[in-house]
Amino acid sequence: MSITLITDPDAAAPINTEALLRARRERILSWVMPIITLGAAIAFWEWAVWHWEIPHYLIPAPSLIVQTLIKDGPSLMVSAWFTVKLTFFSLALAVIGGVVLGALFALSRTVEMSLFPFAVILQVTPVVAIAPLILIYVDSTFAALLICAWIVAFFPILSGTVIGLRSADHNLRDLFTLYRATSWQRLRYLLAPSALPSFMASLKVAGGLSLIGAVVAEFVAGAAGQNTGLASRIIESSFRSEIPRMFAALVLVSALGIAIFFLTSWLSRRVLGHWHESEIRRES
Amino acid sequence: MKGDAIIQMDRVSKRFGKTTLAVDNMSLTINEGDFVTFLGPSGCGKSTALKMIAGLLPVTAGTIAITPPTGKSEQDLAFVFQEPTLMPWATVFDNVYLPLRLARIGRGDATPRVKAALVEVGLSRFETAYPRELSGGMKMRVSIARAMVTRPRILLMDEPFAALDEMTRSKLNNDVVRLAAGHGLTVVFVTHSVFESVYLSTRVVIMAARPGRVAAELLLTETWPRSEEYRVSDAFSAEARRVSETLKGTLDVDHIDH
Repeated sequence: MSITLITDPDAAAPINTEALLRARRERILSWVMPIITLGAAIAFWEWAVWHWEIPHYLIPAPSLIVQTLIKDGPSLMVSAWFTVKLTFFSLALAVIGGVVLGALFALSRTVEMSLFPFAVILQVTPVVAIAPLILIYVDSTFAALLICAWIVAFFPILSGTVIGLRSADHNLRDLFTLYRATSWQRLRYLLAPSALPSFMASLKVAGGLSLIGAVVAEFVAGAAGQNTGLASRIIESSFRSEIPRMFAALVLVSALGIAIFFLTSWLSRRVLGHWHESEIRRES
Repeated sequence: MKGDAIIQMDRVSKRFGKTTLAVDNMSLTINEGDFVTFLGPSGCGKSTALKMIAGLLPVTAGTIAITPPTGKSEQDLAFVFQEPTLMPWATVFDNVYLPLRLARIGRGDATPRVKAALVEVGLSRFETAYPRELSGGMKMRVSIARAMVTRPRILLMDEPFAALDEMTRSKLNNDVVRLAAGHGLTVVFVTHSVFESVYLSTRVVIMAARPGRVAAELLLTETWPRSEEYRVSDAFSAEARRVSETLKGTLDVDHIDH
């Protein structure tokens, strides 16, 4: 610490450069640290496999996984695309279904009381237990898988939407009443914006769940052949004891999960960043 | 016409549930151009009475008539809540635009009126700001601009400045008086501050609790609108003492215990 003597009374106070530098350092560290630790973990893995001579059919080295990813790339990508489609379709359907039903619930207590039990039954029954039935009743495998993934992702969106629509400020509701707003105006200008924060939170949860739903459904379906997703590739590789390929497919599933997480987080920041406490960056 | 009856409450009662009588048999005539304050302790039903006048709460018994009746396409009755009650996701401009938007007035037609309302409360530079960027006093000004944007005849205010600091409060008091006088508004202003009611109003309706009822009505004869000097004058002190003593006489021991 040093003391600055002010000789010129008009001179501006010295800028606190230390604080500025600290803020910058923290911003850089928030990127660099995760990369370093992740890199270190992978390097240790590589070294451990080499050092203890672990056979690749037990635990493959990261380098071998990368090689497999490149070698099997084209066929794995086809499967990855299948899983991506399944995940995003089911998420989209969950959003549509959850929002529409949520809006109906919020508008009418009667509808909520009559339909809520069904939503709960769907939610509490494990999808693994329902999947075999769905696979019997639905001809198209893709459609069956879609339904399974949808069931998992649907409930968080529904409850997030209902809670959000109910969270509108009571005085603002009164204000809309006073100005004789129509139901549509109320929904558009008051309820929907009020519901956004909890809807975005539920979307983050549902994004992850739709991927889990897609993978679990595929495991249960045990689908084989041309048109299959990453989960089927993992099962198939496990039957053939092709452990590196299992890992390669696993890496892709994780990457997809991470991408969904970033996508929903980004979307939430975009939508709420300028007004909601949860996404506002505090200036220090 | 100034002086004609505009709000008439005839034996109005409000009951919440089976036991709570929030307002009991309240009759009151408010004339056009009046600045009336409802003064009383918490729980005396003054906010309830205001909400019934606004049509936000149904009456249990009695009638409230507003002449000529409201219900035109554009709003002639405005309400300012205890909290600013702004939409946090909308800019200052959009918050003030809301009543016009709900009346299906296009953004282009509404813009000059929104801007004019913001000028009147001294916030023209903050059109694009979000509520969270404003101080408590500024948020309240936005709320007042929103109430004024429809050019109402009647302005109902429910303890609007209770949460603000003394300085901001007296500034906003002056603003409200200026707006009311400038636009010939009829104002019903709920407060629990004796000084606020004496400074602002032409009539003080003192309410008592359990059940909520009109305990006394005082006319304030000092010329209106009042100037800042009035606040520090002997006449102001004398009026405040008179209102204060009337208020005290209506409080029962049971209430003070609370």
